Amino acid sequence: MTTAQPGSARDTILARVREALRVPAPLPHMKSHAAEEAAPAGPASLTILPVEFARPWLPDGGDTPEACLAILTENLGKLKAVVHRAADPTAAAAFVADLARDRGWQRVAWHGHALVEPVATALPCAAERIDAGAFDKNALETCDAGITACEALVAQTGSILVSSATCGGRALSILPHVHIVVATLEQIVGTLGEALEDVRARHAGRIPSMVSFITGPSRTGDIERILVLGAHGPKELFVVLVG
Amino acid sequence: MAPRVGLAVASVLERLGHTCEFRSAQTCCGQPSFNAGYWDEARAVARHAIGVFAGAEAVVGPSGSCVAMMRVFYPQLLTGTPHEQAALDLAARTFEFGEFLVEKLGVTDVGARFPHRVTYHDGCHGLRELRIKNAPRELLRHVRDLELVECDEPESCCGFGGLFSVKYPMISTAMAEVKGGSLARTECDYIVSSDPSCQLQLDGWLSRSGKKPRTIHLAEVLAGADA
Amino acid sequence: MTPATSTAAPHGTFEAADPHDAKKKFLHDAAEHVRDEGHRAFVRKALGGYYASRDTQKARYRDWEHARDAASLAKWSAVNRLDELLPKFVANFERNGGRVHWARNAEEARDIVLGLLRAAKAKAVIKSKCMTSEEIHLNAAMEKDGYGVVESDLGEFIQQLRGEPPYHFVFPCMHVRRDEISDLFGKHLGTPPTDSPEELTMIARRHMRRLYVDADVGITGANFLVAETGQISITENEGNARLTAALPRVHIAISGIEKVVEHLDDLAVLLPMLATAGAGQPMTCYNTLYAGPRQPGECDGPAEMHLVLLDNSRTALLADPEQRDALHCIRCGACLNVCPIFKNVGGFTYGTTYQGPIGSVITPHLRGLADWNHLSGASSLCGACTDACPVRIDIHHHLLHNRRNAAKSAPSRLERLGHKVFVMVASRPWLFALGGAVFRKTLWLVKKLRPPLLRDWLATRDLPPAPAASFRSQWRRRS
Repeated sequence: MTTAQPGSARDTILARVREALRVPAPLPHMKSHAAEEAAPAGPASLTILPVEFARPWLPDGGDTPEACLAILTENLGKLKAVVHRAADPTAAAAFVADLARDRGWQRVAWHGHALVEPVATALPCAAERIDAGAFDKNALETCDAGITACEALVAQTGSILVSSATCGGRALSILPHVHIVVATLEQIVGTLGEALEDVRARHAGRIPSMVSFITGPSRTGDIERILVLGAHGPKELFVVLVG
Repeated sequence: MAPRVGLAVASVLERLGHTCEFRSAQTCCGQPSFNAGYWDEARAVARHAIGVFAGAEAVVGPSGSCVAMMRVFYPQLLTGTPHEQAALDLAARTFEFGEFLVEKLGVTDVGARFPHRVTYHDGCHGLRELRIKNAPRELLRHVRDLELVECDEPESCCGFGGLFSVKYPMISTAMAEVKGGSLARTECDYIVSSDPSCQLQLDGWLSRSGKKPRTIHLAEVLAGADA
Repeated sequence: MTPATSTAAPHGTFEAADPHDAKKKFLHDAAEHVRDEGHRAFVRKALGGYYASRDTQKARYRDWEHARDAASLAKWSAVNRLDELLPKFVANFERNGGRVHWARNAEEARDIVLGLLRAAKAKAVIKSKCMTSEEIHLNAAMEKDGYGVVESDLGEFIQQLRGEPPYHFVFPCMHVRRDEISDLFGKHLGTPPTDSPEELTMIARRHMRRLYVDADVGITGANFLVAETGQISITENEGNARLTAALPRVHIAISGIEKVVEHLDDLAVLLPMLATAGAGQPMTCYNTLYAGPRQPGECDGPAEMHLVLLDNSRTALLADPEQRDALHCIRCGACLNVCPIFKNVGGFTYGTTYQGPIGSVITPHLRGLADWNHLSGASSLCGACTDACPVRIDIHHHLLHNRRNAAKSAPSRLERLGHKVFVMVASRPWLFALGGAVFRKTLWLVKKLRPPLLRDWLATRDLPPAPAASFRSQWRRRS
């Protein structure tokens, strides 16, 4: 073990950084003049945020709620997530109960949330609430499925935004073999940029310890670059859209 | 190494009504030293070349790599020296042959005939330093009786890379094998190229491997070289 | 310790015994590898699928080139204000409850991690993909100290069992066939043979589950450090990093100091482009931001989170304004995927942690120009890498810059002499013409004699005969 004082490595590194940056580096060669204009000579601060600059060029997320829903649904389909439209919470609960019956699930985990509770109480099998009392990871590991709410659905990428503060912690949306998300149409946003802006606004007081964009069931391409679903995270992702 | 290419360039340009001049004081663009990292040496050769071409209205070269050296890298090499402005002036007047016909002269049909099946090999300097992609294809599309097909990886490097071809010969050969193989699979009669260095590499491998096609320079096709 | 960890090979090293021999080893390994046509064809086939998906995803952008401008601006701005943004990130991260540790070099980083393991009384360590940990040879150090370490990423797990380092820093086992994986699992895990990638993945999934639940320390890397919010961002497809940072009671993340971005919003540009360029996906499956350990009111998560920030010569690269943009790298691997050198010599031939074009640029800076400059020389400078880079790093020109720097600081006398002779000849037209005439007359003889360099050409390629007359004389004749 080195005997260096904890402070000195930090001081050394920051001093090296400051010294290194005394000579400015030129802007990389850009395609557009607008990009060059976004970066004035002098200190490397930008006159426009990269996300603003990129907005017209990134993939479309939809301009209207209808367009967003259509793009979201198409993207979720391509990701092999299953989308189910439910007219109301009762219909949502019935869908999940049917699923549990068909699959022969024994235990399903859930967290306390207005959208999730009615679904959990309608389950035909044991329902394990993981955020009341001490967290039991061994118990969660035996669950067939996990039901969570979400903070947003992002049309542009087909992503589900969850956080440890509002969606049952960290493990519920990643450990069980099946992940079921219960969401409303109002939670759909067009782009990743909007979703990130909302994260900052929603959690201005205290950012959750984990914020995660889930884009489809777990997958890997490590074996001969062939796509396989269900590497370590959930093998299946169901998105129940209420409304 | 290939005088007929230069003669073909002149023949095409003269057919279009232009006067060609060859300045015999020219030697080499200096790229071998530049690529090897010997920039002081490359600078000396660059200064000579700039002197040779001073005052020419347009400098046309049948080589993507040489033109890239003169247009893209001379200004970098000579930045901060008394020759910087001269390098920039030369860069503004230097063109690759196919690019010159299409972009500068606005010509795509030079009245050529070449009744063969051909494919085009994009030389890396022309493609990525000079941004030339469509010009040679436009020119070939207007050649009478010529059938143009694309191989499955037209933009892959042939593996020449100057001294790389002999400093890392096993890698260079593997690259020739991949690109040469792709080009040969088109079952073309000729592989058209705008860079004699690529031609040297590809022909070297094709002939050793017993594959049928050989390269031909774009200028020779347009000059109506009819084999 | 679980059976898998005790039988897993110590983390493979592919380094030359003497670092000064790295070039010799490179030449040897390259020559061997290009002969393996089966391997080269296998890798080309795997990449073919990637090219198709990548192009499909790029086409979804309304303008990919403009998006590259935006991504490039984001990283240029962050790296060039690292003096301001790195402390800002650290202050925000620590405010969220995590602890930051600074490491000037690999040894300090290893010592910090080992110290944290000791303090946590760790018995089982689970890791998700972390190239920085490869760079500092962390696994070997942890194993030496007696910790059972399991790589949870499927590709890294396979490489760990094979005793090999990652072949490609995004696709660690892209060179391995499914039957080889089946044999590997049979040997180490006792599972029956199968040629189904799905079944092989399920084997790894089942094997890992208990390890996640039982591990007391989880080690991850980080793709981005968000200065504005003090969060680290981790990108993955499998969910193993999510599990590594969810279940164990201690989370240790390791990151180079250059990973900083200024705004949370920058990720709206960088995350999709990382996925598109790196894997031909619209978005990687899990993109997760960690602000710190579990907070009051949250029902699970690690009690402690530590972040090890590593310099290890990054500040040396930062101090080179010409090549500073190499630190913009988001480790997508796109440059590897298009590089004909990589495709023909394979990932191991580079003999160092970071392969491919970006690896060839930065390794001389991280590990010494004199010993590693051959990586910058082993390139035809085709520029496919620069075209592929989502953040517009001038990769192939930096290979030239490294060559120039090496020629200045460690020139080869013979080579320098050769270039001086060349300049002498090329500056004198009469001498050049004379040289041309000599060349034309004697090429047939030179081909027979096969001097070095020419010999290397002629081993695999023919040379045309010399032209009968010079261009000069033919030009004179026509006019």
